[in-house]
Amino acid sequence: MATLIFFLSAAALLQFFISYCRSLIAASIKQPLSAEVRDVTGIPNTAAGEDFARVIQLLDLCPERPEERGRIRAINAYFRLLNFVSSTLAHIIPALTTWTAMERGQCTYFAAVTLDRRIAFSRDMLAQQIDA
Amino acid sequence: MPGSIEYTIWFLASLLELCVVVCALARHSFRRYLCLNLYMLLSLLVSLGRYQVLSHYGLRSSEYKYFYFYSDAVLTIFLYLALITLYLYVFDEMKVEKYLRLTALLLLVGTALFSYGVVQQSSSVQQSSNRMLTSFFFELSQNLYFVGLVLTYVLWGAILKLRETRTQLIQLVLSLGIYFSAFAATFALGNMFPNLQSLGYVLPVFGCLLPLAWAYAFLRLSHDARMAPARLAVVPR
Repeated sequence: MATLIFFLSAAALLQFFISYCRSLIAASIKQPLSAEVRDVTGIPNTAAGEDFARVIQLLDLCPERPEERGRIRAINAYFRLLNFVSSTLAHIIPALTTWTAMERGQCTYFAAVTLDRRIAFSRDMLAQQIDA
Repeated sequence: MPGSIEYTIWFLASLLELCVVVCALARHSFRRYLCLNLYMLLSLLVSLGRYQVLSHYGLRSSEYKYFYFYSDAVLTIFLYLALITLYLYVFDEMKVEKYLRLTALLLLVGTALFSYGVVQQSSSVQQSSNRMLTSFFFELSQNLYFVGLVLTYVLWGAILKLRETRTQLIQLVLSLGIYFSAFAATFALGNMFPNLQSLGYVLPVFGCLLPLAWAYAFLRLSHDARMAPARLAVVPR
C-alpha cells in the first residue's frame, strides 16, 4: 500500500512541478526582450536550450533580486529534468525530442527575461545612488 | 534538542509564513484568500507554540510529542479546509457551494473513521488511550495529506476543463499540489523504510516550499493577471 501511495504521489509531484514551472515561464514569455539583452545573449526571436547555461552565467554576474531566487532555482531544476528526459526517454519516444527542445528554449527565454529585469534593477539602484 | 540546521529551517519556514500574510495584506488579497492566510497565521502560531513547549519540556518529552502531533493534525485539517475554499473559488459560478461543503465534510469524517479503524486494528489491548489518540492524529494527518493530494489533482483537472484563467489562483493550486504530493510521497517512503534518517530534514524543507510559492503568488501576481491554463498541462489539450 505504501509503495503504491509513494509511486502515485511521486507521479503527481512530477506533474504538478512541471505545470508549476510552465506557469512561471508562461508569465514571462509574453514580455519582449530589450535590444541590449538580445545583443548580450545573442538570442534573436526564439531562444534555444543550448543558450541556457550561458544566460545563467550572465545572470550570475548581475546583482540578485531576492524575490527571483526561488523561481530561478525551480526553472533550473526543470531544465535539468528536461535534459534528463531528452537524453533518456526521448530516444524511446521520438515525439519527446521536439517537446523537450521547445521547453528548453522557453526556459532560456525565461532566464533572458530575468536577466533583462536584473539589468534594469541594477540600473535603477545605480541611479538612486548617484541621486543620493 | 534539534541542531542548528533544524532551527534554521524552522525559523526560515516561520519567516516565510509571516511573509505570506504580509504580502497578502500589502496586495489586498488577505480577505480574498482568507482561509489560506488564516492557515499561514495558524501555522506561525503553532511554530511559536512548539518552540515554547520544546524549550520548556525538551524534544523527548511526552508533552512535546502530544503537542506536536495534535497541532499537526489541526494544521492538516485547516489546510484541507483551505483547499476546499479553492474549490469554492473555481466552482463559484456553478452555484454548487452547498454540495461542495457537504462532500468535503463527509470526506473528512470518512478519513477520520478510516484512520481510527487503522489505529484500532494495529493497537494492542494494553495501549493507553493517550497513546492511541496520538497514533490516531498521526494517522489522520498522513491520510489527509493523501486525500488532499487526490483532491488537488481533481481540482487541477477541473481548472483545465473549465479553462480557469486566474494566474494567481492557478499558482496557488499548483503549489498546494506540489506540497501535498511531496508530503504524501515522503510519508509513504517513511512507511516503506522506517529507518531512513534523512527524511527528518526533507519534511521541514518541503514545509518551506508552500509559503515561498504563496508569498510569490501574492506579491508578484496581480489578482487580474490571466493565462491560458491549457498550455500548462503536461499532456497537450
